[in-house]
Amino acid sequence: MNKKDIYLCRCENFTLEDLHNLLDSGITSMEEIKRISRCTMGPCQGKTCKELIAKEVAAYLKKDISTVDLPTYRAPIKPVKLGEIAGGDKNA
Amino acid sequence: MRKTADVVVIGGGSIGCSVAYNLAKKGFKNIVLLEEKYLTSGSTGRCGAGIRQMWGTEMNCLISRGSAEIFKVLGEETGYGDIEFRQSGYLLTTYDSVQTERLRKNLEIQHKLGINSHMITPKEAKEMVPFVNADGMDAAFFCQEDGHINPFKTTLAFAKGAEDLGVEINRYTKVTAIKSEGRKITSVVTDKGEIATDTVVNAVGPWAKYIGKMLGLSHPVEPERHQILVTEPLEGMMGPMVMSFAHDSYIQQVPHGGFIMGYGNPNEPKRINFNHGWDFLEEMAKKAVFQLPVLKDVRVVRQWAGHYGISPDGQPILGPIPEFDGYYLALGCGKGFMLSPMIGKLIAEKMAGEQTSLPIESLSIERFAKGELIVETGVV
Ligand SMILES: Cc1cc2nc3c(=O)[nH]c(=O)nc-3n(C[C@H](O)[C@H](O)[C@H](O)COP(=O)(O)OP(=O)(O)OC[C@H]3O[C@@H](n4cnc5c(N)ncnc54)[C@H](O)[C@@H]3O)c2cc1C
Repeated sequence: MNKKDIYLCRCENFTLEDLHNLLDSGITSMEEIKRISRCTMGPCQGKTCKELIAKEVAAYLKKDISTVDLPTYRAPIKPVKLGEIAGGDKNA
Repeated sequence: MRKTADVVVIGGGSIGCSVAYNLAKKGFKNIVLLEEKYLTSGSTGRCGAGIRQMWGTEMNCLISRGSAEIFKVLGEETGYGDIEFRQSGYLLTTYDSVQTERLRKNLEIQHKLGINSHMITPKEAKEMVPFVNADGMDAAFFCQEDGHINPFKTTLAFAKGAEDLGVEINRYTKVTAIKSEGRKITSVVTDKGEIATDTVVNAVGPWAKYIGKMLGLSHPVEPERHQILVTEPLEGMMGPMVMSFAHDSYIQQVPHGGFIMGYGNPNEPKRINFNHGWDFLEEMAKKAVFQLPVLKDVRVVRQWAGHYGISPDGQPILGPIPEFDGYYLALGCGKGFMLSPMIGKLIAEKMAGEQTSLPIESLSIERFAKGELIVETGVV
């Protein structure tokens, strides 16, 4: 399968080709890759793609996956409406 | 990592990268930048990235205006590409007449310097952002040239510009000590080795005092936590950043479509604290739903925290210090991202022994000992 058809992060349309382009350009920190490409930052917040991307970064660098700087999960984990958070029926 | 350097810049945020780039452009050779984590990992990658010229002191107006001019060309100049600078304006809203009067006074300063800002009525504010809550709004202030940028791309553009001119950037490299002899700096020690150098720039933002301590100095900069959140992306519906002085908050829809919003609590103990909490989420949601009721059905996807490096007067600290030669402060203090292009330029000019394009003496750290604090009323 072509690298540009392999989606790593579906929320943000981030493909294996996109990842390899960044890695080829010398950007190998996963924290920086996230911030440049927005991968793992969509509605699923990386729940489906983060490990997958980390695995590909490790494979590219020929390093163990534990050496990849994995971004942290951030609250609220599941999207919540502002009106629900603000509380009160009239805001709901 | 190099063993010797003409200049070591500490900090891989917008300011450190801007300083390194500007030094290289000035012709400084053998520059090394050290960053404890990844580039933008500090305040820069966590900030709201709002850019405004509507300030209350001439100096802030001039530095931010000069910076906006540089932001316009930075992507192209460095070959990085689009840094997503959108001059879609800031809409500052007030809900009481005292605030209004304060901001109206600031307009006089802005207009003297050629900044195209104006006071508008709540009705005009509603024409600009139709879903803004104008109930009880006293007035609003607007400047079209204000706006928003992608802070990651901006910092990486500075970094690319610097690296293309020979700067060595070391990520995941923490400065642990600075050695000196008398007034002279002799080396910078890191967890990856030591670099002999006689010139150091402290550009670590909210961590500034820790680098100062390595030389036995106490820099009056404290980390103040600010929390922020982003929603799911929506179709573009709001141009300007909406900043309310009654709510101490800002709300901006970024080009990607998400709304980012935040506020800080100046009464918290000052320390590095990356925790983000439910209390912020709840308070921010209330502020947002009050100001922009349509946001009630929009979902929050992520929240995080970062810090302002707060100086006693909240203003930048730039330039050399009295105790050591070859040690420079490049601290933006609170709005450092939007000022970073000019701070880099001014520091490079100063270090080259040139006349600086703006007089930065009033921003020297010596102002605190002399009691010459700066009063800026246009802050949130
Ligand atoms: C929520 C929030 C919203 C904000 N909104 C805005 C806004 O809208 N507009 C605006 O202009 N500003 C805003 N700010 C402020 C802005 O983020 C900062 O003023 C600016 O990013 C400071 O940049 P800097 O390069 O000085 O510091 P930083 O980006 O913090 O960079 C300092 C770097 O130094 C590194 N470092 C620290 N210690 C060491 C060490 N010992 N060795 C090596 N490296 C070290 C850190 O890892 C860090 O990466 C906001 C801040 C926050 C937190």
